[in-house]
Amino acid sequence: MISSIAFIIVAVLGIGLFVWQIRKIARNINMGRDKEISGDVSKRINTLLLVAFGQQKMFKRPLPAVLHLFVYVGFLVINVELIEILIDGTFGTHRVLGFLGPVYSVLMAINEILGLLVIIACVIFLARRNITKVPRLTRGPEMRAWPQMDANVILITEIVLMLALFAFNIADQKLSQLNGVQLAGAFPVTSGLVNLFGSDVQTLKIIAATGWWVHIIGILAFMNYLPSSKHFHIIMSFPNVYYSKLEPKGQFSNVESITHEIKAMLDPSYVVPPAPEGADPQKFGAKDVEDLTWKQLMDSYTCTECGRCTSVCPANITGKLLSPRKIVMDTRDRMEEKGESPLIFAPAHYKEESERVKVTEERTLLRGYVTPEELWACTTCNACVESCPVNINQLSTIMDLRRYLVLEESAAPAALNAMFNNIENNGAPWAFSPSDRFNWADDLFMATKN
Amino acid sequence: MSEKKQIQVPVMADLAARGESPEVLFWVGCAGAFDDRYKNVTRAFVRILEHVGIKYAVLGMEETCTGDPAKRAGNEFLFQMQAMTNIATLDGYGIKTIVTACPHCFNTIKNEYPALGGNYEVIHHSTFLQNLINEGKVKIAGGGEFKGKRITFHDSCYLGRANNIYEAPREVLAALDADLVEMKRSRANGLCCGAGGAQMWKEPEPGNKDINVERAEEAIGTGATIIASACPFCMTMMSDGVKSQNQEDKVKVFDIAELIAQAEGINA
Repeated sequence: MISSIAFIIVAVLGIGLFVWQIRKIARNINMGRDKEISGDVSKRINTLLLVAFGQQKMFKRPLPAVLHLFVYVGFLVINVELIEILIDGTFGTHRVLGFLGPVYSVLMAINEILGLLVIIACVIFLARRNITKVPRLTRGPEMRAWPQMDANVILITEIVLMLALFAFNIADQKLSQLNGVQLAGAFPVTSGLVNLFGSDVQTLKIIAATGWWVHIIGILAFMNYLPSSKHFHIIMSFPNVYYSKLEPKGQFSNVESITHEIKAMLDPSYVVPPAPEGADPQKFGAKDVEDLTWKQLMDSYTCTECGRCTSVCPANITGKLLSPRKIVMDTRDRMEEKGESPLIFAPAHYKEESERVKVTEERTLLRGYVTPEELWACTTCNACVESCPVNINQLSTIMDLRRYLVLEESAAPAALNAMFNNIENNGAPWAFSPSDRFNWADDLFMATKN
Repeated sequence: MSEKKQIQVPVMADLAARGESPEVLFWVGCAGAFDDRYKNVTRAFVRILEHVGIKYAVLGMEETCTGDPAKRAGNEFLFQMQAMTNIATLDGYGIKTIVTACPHCFNTIKNEYPALGGNYEVIHHSTFLQNLINEGKVKIAGGGEFKGKRITFHDSCYLGRANNIYEAPREVLAALDADLVEMKRSRANGLCCGAGGAQMWKEPEPGNKDINVERAEEAIGTGATIIASACPFCMTMMSDGVKSQNQEDKVKVFDIAELIAQAEGINA
């Protein structure tokens, strides 16, 4: 009875805290500009099934893909057990789903095998981050102390959760054995370890209870850690992939306010439609997070900092400052500095600076976090967008920041201003006379066969 | 025996004056019109158009920049001015179908002009050439002079990732009966030449290497003697990259249209 009440209090607090944090994040994302993303529901669902549920883009790199699949499937399946944990905890029952018989046995067996695979995957992931130091996971100015620690915290927590589950199962089996009761379920991983904790009933009861409580409190704590962590991707991937861009990657967004302006310029009778409520029609491009769309802000809550984008970026490969991952992480940091920060994470912790990134004191995404040098290194090649397993569009944010530099500040590099002038004056990006445009056709011959 | 024939490239204004319309408008692009190296590609492509007897035309002096470099550089205002000017010209002639040898022009007209009222069927020359080969209009009997030569194809970002065209240029090259080799980073994983996003017109930002050098090393590493490209900027960047490695005598950079025109024996 007491443990039921304790459990209910812990569960309600945990879930309540999580909802409170989610609302903060929703408010942050809603700082972004409105943009209607709709249409082609069947294509969106198809993308969701392939890219999010099916992890299609992960398989460009088979080893991490398989290991990640263990953790992902483990996460999905083991959470079925969460239902039982919630019922058992609330009503003081024991393995309430045991009546399912063989189905329950299969479920428990799969859980144990997946639990073991999760532990193996997490150990390898820890080794990749801390021993072999895979470059994309460890290098770059954005991979400061917090993101590194965050990754390790997640991996270690997952291992502890699985071990707690195993401890509970071992003690539970031994207790049933000592009591001569048939325990529901099959336990392929722990059945050989039933004697691990000895046969003292009192000790076993404590271990079983501790294992159970560590698992459930661990899950609630983990859930509340998510909003502060890159690990939030386990939730955000799904909406983010659903709302991913369906147009060709080469199609950049159209700035409609400019279209109206030009049409009005060319045709004085053109009626410019009124700007939507609350929008700042005079501002072109993005200087700060509220100038980006809600989808671009959601992108940064989806990022799990895997670094695939940065590792394929031609600018980054050749030593330029640009790292698409940094732009996405900066967006999140700035959003939480300006808007609301969830429980654990404090943006100040993030703002450790690197030597090469010369940010200013400006409290805006542009210059305060992302420098023009990074933006001007981009070749708009879409390699980052292509590589992202959760369909983040790093390039769209880079382009909106560039637009602000050019349209609001006239701060393009001099060579690009010269190119703009050439287009305006000669109709070509180079300084050629438009009257020479057709010279290529002079004295043009071909061979014909007779 | 082969003979030399002079080509009078048909200009849209003349066709319109005669009340005629072309099957396809060839959008030459600024590089195709002004860049000395890429003018060869334009000429090769025109020879192919003449060779297959398709009714085509160019805008000639009426063509202006699509606005792609302005848009990628963030100058949306200039881009839209260019786009609307071009749309007015194209619509004035009732143009329906456009072919171009530049992936940047291709991407911009195909994907970004519709939002500004310009709707056309836009074909990149790789797809166009692939169709000509499939239809048997370009035959290249026996593969021509590139038979057995080792060729590697460099994917243009604005053709590949931007528009998912990976196979068309490769199928065109397959008609040459050459030894096609792939770089490690190819198709969707292809490495940019370094010119996109208006980088063509500026110096690279500080780093430890130029992107085109990185890519040229990879291409040379395949042992290919020909790097095939399908984009004017890739052409420039790859050529410079090969020069930086002092390999320009051994490794040549050609556009797929040049290879086809050469193999078909219609260059003069």
